[in-house]
Amino acid sequence: MTEIAFLLNGTPVRVAGHSPTMTLLDWLRETRGLTGTKEGCNEGDCGACTVIVTDPSGSRALNACILFLPQLDGKALRTIEGISGPDGALHPVQQAMIDHHGSQCGFCTPGFVVSMATAHLNSATDHDDQLAGNLCRCTGYAPIIRAAQAAETATIPDWMKTDRDFLLAQIPSGGEAAGRGGAEPPLHGFRPKTTAELARWFMVHPEATLIAGATDVGLWVTKQLRDLTPVAFLSGIPEMQQIDDQGCTLRIGAGVTIAALRRALAPRFPSLGELLRRYASEQIRNAATIGGNIANGSPIGDGPPALIALGATLHLRRGDARRDMPLEDFFLDYRKQDRHPGEFVEAVTIPAQAPNLRCYKLSKRFDQDISAVCGCFNVTLQGGTVTQARIAFGGMAGTPKRARNVEAALIGKPLTPASAAAVAARMADDFTPLSDMRASAAYRLKTAQNMLTRYAHDLNGTPVSVLKVRA
Amino acid sequence: MSIGKPLPHDAAPLHVTGQARYVDDIPLPGNTLHLAFGLSSIAHGRITAMDLTAVRAAPGVVAVYAAEDFDDMPDCSPSAQDEPLLSTGVVFYHGMPLFLVAADSHVAARRAARLARVSYDERPAILTVDDALAADSRFEDGPVIWAKGDAARAIAGASHVVEGRLNVGGQEHFYLEGQVAAVLPLEGGDVLVHSSTQHPTEIQHKVAHALHLPMSAVRVEVRRMGGGFGGKESQGNALAIACAVVAARTRRPAKMRYDRDDDMMITGKRHDLRILYRAGFDDQGRVVGLEFTHLLRCGWAQDLSLPVADRAMLHADNCYHLPDIRVESHRLRTHTQSATAFRGFGGPQGMVGIERVMDHVAHVLGCDPVAVRKANFYRAGLAAGGASPPGPPEGISAKRNEAQTTPYFMPVEDFVGDKIVAALLESSGYDRRKAEIAEWNRASPILKRGIALTPVKFGISFTLTHLNQAGALVHVYQDGSIALNHGGTEMGQGLFQKVAQVAAGVFGVDTGRVKITATDTAKVPNTSATAASSGSDLNGMAAKVACETIRDRMASFIAGKHQAEASAVRFEGGMVRVAGEAYDFARVAMWAYQARISLSSTGFYATPKLQWDRKAGKGRPFLYFAYGAAVSEVVIDTVTGENRILRADLLHDTGTSLNPALDIGQIEGAYVQGAGWLTTEELVWDAKGRLTTHAPSTYKIPACSDRPALFNVALWGQPNREDTVGKSKAVGEPPFMLGISVLMALSDAVAACGPGYPSLDAPATPERVLAAAERVRGDV
Repeated sequence: MTEIAFLLNGTPVRVAGHSPTMTLLDWLRETRGLTGTKEGCNEGDCGACTVIVTDPSGSRALNACILFLPQLDGKALRTIEGISGPDGALHPVQQAMIDHHGSQCGFCTPGFVVSMATAHLNSATDHDDQLAGNLCRCTGYAPIIRAAQAAETATIPDWMKTDRDFLLAQIPSGGEAAGRGGAEPPLHGFRPKTTAELARWFMVHPEATLIAGATDVGLWVTKQLRDLTPVAFLSGIPEMQQIDDQGCTLRIGAGVTIAALRRALAPRFPSLGELLRRYASEQIRNAATIGGNIANGSPIGDGPPALIALGATLHLRRGDARRDMPLEDFFLDYRKQDRHPGEFVEAVTIPAQAPNLRCYKLSKRFDQDISAVCGCFNVTLQGGTVTQARIAFGGMAGTPKRARNVEAALIGKPLTPASAAAVAARMADDFTPLSDMRASAAYRLKTAQNMLTRYAHDLNGTPVSVLKVRA
Repeated sequence: MSIGKPLPHDAAPLHVTGQARYVDDIPLPGNTLHLAFGLSSIAHGRITAMDLTAVRAAPGVVAVYAAEDFDDMPDCSPSAQDEPLLSTGVVFYHGMPLFLVAADSHVAARRAARLARVSYDERPAILTVDDALAADSRFEDGPVIWAKGDAARAIAGASHVVEGRLNVGGQEHFYLEGQVAAVLPLEGGDVLVHSSTQHPTEIQHKVAHALHLPMSAVRVEVRRMGGGFGGKESQGNALAIACAVVAARTRRPAKMRYDRDDDMMITGKRHDLRILYRAGFDDQGRVVGLEFTHLLRCGWAQDLSLPVADRAMLHADNCYHLPDIRVESHRLRTHTQSATAFRGFGGPQGMVGIERVMDHVAHVLGCDPVAVRKANFYRAGLAAGGASPPGPPEGISAKRNEAQTTPYFMPVEDFVGDKIVAALLESSGYDRRKAEIAEWNRASPILKRGIALTPVKFGISFTLTHLNQAGALVHVYQDGSIALNHGGTEMGQGLFQKVAQVAAGVFGVDTGRVKITATDTAKVPNTSATAASSGSDLNGMAAKVACETIRDRMASFIAGKHQAEASAVRFEGGMVRVAGEAYDFARVAMWAYQARISLSSTGFYATPKLQWDRKAGKGRPFLYFAYGAAVSEVVIDTVTGENRILRADLLHDTGTSLNPALDIGQIEGAYVQGAGWLTTEELVWDAKGRLTTHAPSTYKIPACSDRPALFNVALWGQPNREDTVGKSKAVGEPPFMLGISVLMALSDAVAACGPGYPSLDAPATPERVLAAAERVRGDV
């Protein structure tokens, strides 16, 4: 790894000589002796390793266990050791956690405190969402939420504001960083600044692993114990992180994080916004990108079914060559995509409106769980009759897939619970799902059918979400 | 007085700043070896060849050990000596350790452990209850049967009979801190063990045995665990033994921590079981005769399965007087992880059975389940403090004020379940809400709500009577500071804080003066596991005895200097008051030291009144019962089975609380954990016996938003009628079973879908809820 530099709890550090896939968590605990950050699962699910990473665009909570050191270059890192003031003064969320008995065994507590301090810094008060990625086995969460609420109005301590100020002062005046992407780009941990630079390098190294948020690739390292070389880190390419409003369409760069996507799309597509709210957790949404979610090709990712239902167009790039395709055509078979060596996902384009889009996610747990079935429905109605239908599912096949037989059967009919129920059986012509630890094949098929009926109820205004019921 | 104050956990300031040190955070010498096990990839069979060449050659590997490296394979079992550290040729479950790697880093050890080439002669694996019954694969010779009265005859004579079966899943502990141990070799072959364990003495015993050392040569220290829940009562043995063996052989420190996936693949979980029931009852829902069959999957080794299964039987009655009952318990041996202790220790499994029966009986009669539960309650308890009069066998001439007895013939003298339920019905607005929900459901085609109340009566004491003892060691230093040590371990429950409040109370000082020190087998020997909810009952009493011994010496000394009676000396507000004078506690400590008064003492406590005949199923296994009740309200989606807890109201009995804030924390956490057991937490093994839910990505404990949106928790607040420390009651396990109300509320919501009985199995995942809704509707 070439040298990287970042701010660690307010102090600049330079790091070199490690594998580009050394995780921040291992570096903190084993190299730096900063043991306040805990390992609970080593796969980004428990949040015990949560840290704050700040760049000029803001401060975010991330999981250190699946964050590779090069991803920190040029940023500011704050661990639990940096949440208290330099003189040891407690942060308001720390004091509130003590006052409200928010810790029991204490092992998850540093992660919670860091998540809470991040939310506090960002004035976020949707505590259940902010903390969905922090698991606690002792308290039942109630005292932690009481603590978070109690700290809402406290002033942000001065020391929590210094990271961003420091970075803003250090930002170069613009243009590409010098010395990168030259004749001999480094084989390990390549960090391009432009898409063009990435495209050139990936042509030369088509065997490379491209790492955006590392929320899936991280597990290849921490769980599968794979050696990944060469690798390129994409988070330093600003142009890939743009969402362009083109009037009738939105072009979404592959590097847009799920968190940014949620912010942009939730006002236009409330149901998709709700799906993205339940997409993993705050820490994962802050790292994971829509391009990664697509390129990864998982049959149970939540992004593709929604985008397919919207009628998304995928933009691929190989060197200077580009090609577009309907997103559903990208997914050929289980973990097999229509992507050539050296080709990568550059962006995806979706229509700017879809008033009838509804996204339903079925999982054992509401927050931070992987879908057993994710069904996304988008029909166009004229005079009460279905004229167009796009229905796509995750979890029902080896790829994200449209329910083309059901779509065809709906055309020309009204959409009522009865009419939906009448064609729902066609779902069996579209899908032969599998049984696994998340659900049985029979349950998947049955609920896919029932979702269509539920969709009709939903469009008719009948309450269909248990999440909206209050005692 | 420090007892009864809602003080924060003693380590809270350390927790919130990341300074609290867990075993993996302890700085160790640079030459420390890091260990990992190589695991089996089949559930049952014989190893025909194991090629470890690539393991040994892997980067960073220092040593690799397999069965042939041991003349005498160390044993990890807490009970039957049936758990070899490494397989000696036969594989008993998928994930069984086969060999041990020692490397210069954790990741190097993990990487190397995957490079073995193992060939097996695979045998059919016994995985399910049905497999085990068919093969008669079990622990003990046959089922354990305890009976009172004649259940079969009573059922035959009853006006109504229901039969049913309930499958209840297991539960992964998911302590946030995984299993971990570190061993440092000392001079002369002695070892110092740091272990994340609820049972330091067991670790000491097993390490001593493995190293052929006397227990005195092994010192075990436990400052804290990052959660235990029963999962660190016996499951830490293998890691500590592995580290000890490597440290002894290499003379280098050794540390082992399981990666989360390894932890879940290797270690035992809560016992899953099938419950069969047949109940006879009258028109009021009074159960006149009841037969239960418990079919527990115990896994491959005995571990703690026998007392777990016993405790399930001991809680088959819960709050209900069952004059004629028979409980048959099968402890089935399967080729899966060895099921182990988990909060409640079988009690929840027993209790969910009788709550299911109450629910089913009410459905048959078409009446409110609360009415059926009330009709079956034990008679209210005797006046506090009274002893039970020895009377004739009940049923012949039961007097109104005589305690009714449990199925194991223990008089229930302290029953307050009726009073708690009455108060909770009122505070939760149960009747009004029940009616509102019925109306709401009529207008809602997709979503249905449900509500249920379930009570808890949980027996407090280890059922292995000799474990009901504890020791403490207290020092007062010449500056008046106090060092407190006892045999209990801290896993988050606030035990140390509670005991510190007891100690501070005896000396009349602020708890800040009491230094809480790590549990250490060199300070207090022969300890029992911190388990069975007994931590503060046992250790609080032992510490109180030790503190009182020192205080009485100080009192005699200072009284003697003032020609006063020792009994007239008062320790309060940080002062010692005698004969009209008031001295700072520290001054008195200094004077006592200078007067050559011993300011150190041990304390010891053994729980009184216990006598238990396990074979016969008769006696008094418990000193007392802890009570509680919960009302849960849920909503389900009848086309997907998705479900949500909307509101919970809990009222729980912790006697006179030693620390109400900590007690409420235990109750809230236990409820959510209990609800998780019965809803989202599903363990799935595939057809080959491989656990497929071995990480938080696939095994779902409750997340933040899964707690009830409205969550009202209150303490009952009446003193324990038994003479416990501060008249308090144990709190660790009992409120876990308040979560059963969630399963019953889901059952109530499903019942709104149609005429049938839901027969809802646990965990009630969306898939099971949908299946039950379809059954009730008659769709299948």
